This record gives sequence, structure tokens and C-alpha cells, in this order.
Amino acid sequence: MNFQRVSSLVRKDLKKMIRQPATLFLIVLFPVMLTLAFGASFGAIGGTQSATYQIAVVNMESSGPYQQWSQHFVENLTHIELLNIQAFSDNETAQADLIQGKIQAVLVIPGNFGQSCDSFWTAPTNPSLWVNTTLQLHLDSGSMFATQAIPPIIQQVLTATLYGTQPISIPTPIQIGSPSLIQASKTTMFDYMAPGIFAYATIFLTMTVAQSFTEDREKGLLRRINTTPTTPTEFMISQAISNMAAALIQVALVFAMAYLVGYRPYIDVVSFTLAFIIVSIFALCNVGFGLITAAIAKSSGAATGISFIFIMPQMFLGTFVGAALSPSAQVAGKFMPSYYVTDALTSLFLRGAPVSSPTILLDLSVVTIISGISLLLGILLFRKYGKT
Amino acid sequence: MKSPGSLICSWEIGIFKQVIPLSTTLTVSMMSPKEVAITINNLTKRFEDVTAVDGLSLEVEKGELFGLLGPNGAGKTTTINILCGLLKPTSGSVNVGGYDVQKRPDKVKEMIGVCPQDTAVFSYLTGRENVELFANLHAMPREKLKKNTEDLLKKLGLLEEANRHVRKYSGGMRRRTNLIMALVHDPEIAFLDEPTVAMDVQSRHAVWDFIKELKKQNKTVILTTHYMEEAEELCDRVGIIDHGKLIALGAPEQLKSKFRTKNLEEVFIQLTGRKIREEL
Ligand SMILES: Nc1ncnc2c1ncn2[C@@H]1O[C@H](COP(=O)(O)OP(=O)(O)OP(=O)(O)O)[C@@H](O)[C@H]1O
Ligand SMILES: [Mg+2]
Repeated sequence: MNFQRVSSLVRKDLKKMIRQPATLFLIVLFPVMLTLAFGASFGAIGGTQSATYQIAVVNMESSGPYQQWSQHFVENLTHIELLNIQAFSDNETAQADLIQGKIQAVLVIPGNFGQSCDSFWTAPTNPSLWVNTTLQLHLDSGSMFATQAIPPIIQQVLTATLYGTQPISIPTPIQIGSPSLIQASKTTMFDYMAPGIFAYATIFLTMTVAQSFTEDREKGLLRRINTTPTTPTEFMISQAISNMAAALIQVALVFAMAYLVGYRPYIDVVSFTLAFIIVSIFALCNVGFGLITAAIAKSSGAATGISFIFIMPQMFLGTFVGAALSPSAQVAGKFMPSYYVTDALTSLFLRGAPVSSPTILLDLSVVTIISGISLLLGILLFRKYGKT
Repeated sequence: MKSPGSLICSWEIGIFKQVIPLSTTLTVSMMSPKEVAITINNLTKRFEDVTAVDGLSLEVEKGELFGLLGPNGAGKTTTINILCGLLKPTSGSVNVGGYDVQKRPDKVKEMIGVCPQDTAVFSYLTGRENVELFANLHAMPREKLKKNTEDLLKKLGLLEEANRHVRKYSGGMRRRTNLIMALVHDPEIAFLDEPTVAMDVQSRHAVWDFIKELKKQNKTVILTTHYMEEAEELCDRVGIIDHGKLIALGAPEQLKSKFRTKNLEEVFIQLTGRKIREEL
């Protein structure tokens, strides 16, 4: 194998991806838009689907002479329809729930809360006699709504508790400590879909590969390359490399977009690397499907249509859409390689499974075997029927 | 007792086969006793319903500029495609640079440069990138690659346009790129399938000068063309084919004096009663 030949072919393919608007759209823009669209409709952008926020209240002032102040405050919070207040006896349990995404905020009422309120009413005009204190508010940073909506609501309730219902703007002894943001993984619909979207991102390689091969064939470029010492192996390796590179760029982009809209999977470097490996192998599978398509298709126009024979079932049976299907369709989904990619990524990202767990190893083997068969079949069919 | 019968039969064909090439080799060896670069031996290529090449035999010497002439559909492109290993012959064999094309296509591909009749260039690459890609496919060392690319772009007047995408080239500029891509790696043997078609007079003369230079470098060239004056201007020898068969072979001057005509066009008319190309 000659490195110079392979690398010049790879460079040619990468230029093609960048310079042709249609290819660039399918490879870059489409997956990015897809992520944003799904993020917007299924919860990553916009917090929980229900309009109420689960808030844990840890009241450190459960006894003492001024405790009716904090009780009153909690009562007032409970009256707010948007909030669902749960009393927690200790901060640790509340924080644990916050991290798991069960609740959106933790409010810690300090032990001297009542005393502080009382000190205000004893000397409303003399701040030097006030007992100052701070309410701690912990918020789920993953939910844009929680971070935006909860602090003003609590501020409002606090003011009402202290002064009564009439709105006045005067200095008070109690501050709400600047909300400390907690990285909590709140499981939304998007979390369930994200692995499927990562698999989805590379499915369209089938179409770009099929189009690229049929176009180059129509223009006589494949024959022309065939008059040079380039071997079929070198040519196919260059195709594999450039398409895997495209797949990695796609998945990295989709991941970056998902991260931007608040997606935070439990994941370490090893799982992350494995996720990319699985997706790259799956990319080869789609290259194989693209070659099979190019072998069957008589023209590049026909190739686009035929590629959907591979794309559609992969999309609708194998990825995130699968969960919503009838049982028989779900069984059909198990014949799609994208199903195993989605399953492996779900295990890694959503369930936090270690890379060596049997499910993941099984998924990886299935994807590898199917991809090998698809690529081999693609190369053989293309060599036999696709060249002219 | 089937086998002796078939043995005799193949003997007869064997004798018959040798008759035609013998006469052609004779004329060649009388002209110049040089090394043979290309041998076409009783070549036949049939597609489903047409016989594109029909028992063609030819020899081209090393350093010779050989013109393949004939009307549309005569079988010129088919012959070239077989010579560069793109098509399998139905029968017969071809030998290029000392190697049987069917048996050692790898060796042949290292020696040849092919300029296809239908322009085949990557439209999303620049002219220079197209040329360099093909130099890389021939694994040229980097410095020579840069020098040859620059030289050829300059000779064919494409240097100024070299960094534009081919998508934006005119038809003639694409044709010139198409030709440079075939020759950038300095091939020993070049197959040029109608290299000057659709070029303006100026570009055509630039290409002619360029092809003459190849000859000075002792390269072997097979050139197909419709333009009789092109063949007369450039070729050491021409072969005229019609319906896949060789109907005349020799130096342009030789053919003209033999048929007592002013030009090669008239040679064709005398041989077939038709014009090589119907007037439009
Ligand atoms: N792939 C093919 N399948 C079927 N027939 C073919 C194929 N390629 C060529 N032919 C036929 O073979 C014959 C010779 O074609 P070829 O292209 O070799 O002619 P040519 O001499 O190059 O003509 P032109 O001057 O038009 O380029 C034609 O009748 C053509 O229709
Ligand atoms: Mg032709």
C-alpha cells in the first residue's frame, strides 16, 4: 500500500465534503439542526415538561423561639403553584436528589432565620442592630428554566413573608446567597434520545457515499483513477478513512450541540472513546451500504432514492424512534445495526455502564460484524456491477 | 475421438492468425529496426450486439507517434480502453511496454498516461489540485511533482487559472487540464484519445507543440483524432480503422502517394466510398 496515494485521495475527499454545499449540508448542518430540533421539542432546552418545579426545603430552624417565621415562609412557598415543596430533614439527602435530577432546587433555611426576621421588626430603621443571615439556594444548572425562574420566585416569597403582602422596596437583613449551581443530570426525554441521535448522525453517510461513487462513475473519474497504479485496496482504504473522519466530525458536532442545550451524560474518557469507536465502526457499515447502493443504482439520481432503502429502516427502527414503536416493529429493529449502536451508547451515557460490561461488548461485536459484512459485500458488489 | 479433431482445427486458426500481422511487421521493420512498445495481436472486442474491434493487429515502436484514425464508432476508444486495461478483450491479446495487459496490469499502469476522450476532472478541485492528485497517484517525488505541474500548466497556458475550481473553467480549459493530468508523471507510453477536440486554434497548436516535444523525449504515443491535418502534422504513422478493422496502415506521406491523393481524408474515401465524417 502506498501512503502517498491514499493520503492524496483522502485529501481530495475531504475537500469535496467542504467545498460542495450539498455534501456539507448533509454532513454538517443536518446533524446539527437535528440535534437542536430534538433538543427543543423534547426537553433539553426548556427544562422539565411539567410546569412545576420540585424544590427541597431543608429547614434548620425547626425549633426555638422564632420558629414561626420559617414555618410561615415555607407555608408561603407551598402556596406558589409553580413550586412543589418537599421538606427534607438534612441537606445531604436533598443534594443527592438534586444531582440525580429528581428535584430542581434545594433551599436551605438557616438556623437564625426567625431571629433575623425578628431583629428587623424590632428596629426596622436601624440596620446596625439587625442579625444578618443567608438563605442557601442550590439549583440544577442543566435546566435553563430552573436557573432562571426559581431565584426570583423565592425572592418574592421571602419579601412577602417579611413585610406582608404590600409590595415595598426597603433594605432587609436577609439575602439569598448567590445561587450555587449544581451539575445535576436531570433525565429528560432528550437524554433518552441523545444516543439515538448520535447513531442517527452518521446514517446519511449511506447517501453521501452512494452519490459520490455514482457521480464519480458517471464522470469517468473512477475509470480514470483505474488507469493509474492505484490499487482497489488503496482506493477503498482512502474512502474508509475519509468517511470515518466525516463520521467523527458529525458525532463531535452533534455532541457539542447536545452539550450546548444542556445534555450532560455520566461519562468518563474511556466510555467516551469507546462511544466514538462504536460510531466510527458504524460509519463503515454505512459506507458499505453506500457502496451496495452505488452498485445497484444506474445513476446518481437513482442512488439517492435507493439509499433510503437503507436509511429509513435504520432511522425508524434502530434509533431513538424505536422505543415508541409497536412490539413487532421493535423486533424488526433488532435487525438494524443502528439499534446496537443506540443500545451501546444508551448503556454508556444513560445507564453509566462500564465499557467492559457484557451488553456493551455484545453490542460492539454485533456492530463490528455487521459493518464488516456490509463493507465487504459493498466492495464486492461494486467491483462486480458498479464500475461501469 | 474428439480431441484430435479440435487440435487440427486450432492449427488452422493458428496459421490463419499469423498471416495478417506478418505483413504489417514487415513494413514496420523495413522503416526502422527499433524496439516494440505496443503489440496488438488479433484483437476482437464484442459488446452485446456490436463488434467494436474486429481482429485488429498492430505494432507500435518505442518513440513512435502513432495515429489511430477512423469515423465515429470505428473502435478507437475501445482499442485504447483495452490497451490501458479498462476493458477485457473478447479474444486476442495486447502487450504494452513488454507486459501482457491482462496478466500484469499493475506493471502497465506504472508506464502509461491516459487522456480520456470524455473529460474526466474533479470539478470541486482546482486545476492544480487535479494535476497534483494524479501525480500523487503515480507516487511522484514531491519536488518533481511540483516542477512538472508548474511546467505543464505553463506550457498549456493554464498557470493563471490554476488556482480556480475546475467547475468554473471553460470547456477548452477543462480539456487542457484533462490532458495535463494524463502526462504530469512523465509516462513512457501515452494514450491520447482525441486530445484536441473542442479546443480553439491557439490551444490546439499549443497541444501540438507539446505533443511534438513528447516525441523528442522518445515517448511512445498513440493518438486518436478526427482531424486529418492533426494526424498529418504529428504522426509518424497512422492506422485507419473502420468497423473495428484496420483498413490502411503507414506513414501519412506513404499512404497519400500509394493512393495518389492530396490528403488522408481522400484515402479513407477511396477505401470505403464514404467520408470519414459526414458534413454537418
Ligand atoms: N460499453 C459499451 N457497450 C456497448 N457498446 C459499446 C460500448 N462501448 C462502445 N460500444 C460500441 O462500440 C463501437 C465502437 O465504439 P468506440 O467508442 O470505440 O468508437 P470510437 O472510434 O472511439 O468513436 P468516436 O470517434 O465517436 O469516439 C460503437 O458502435 C459503440 O456503440
Ligand atoms: Mg472514441
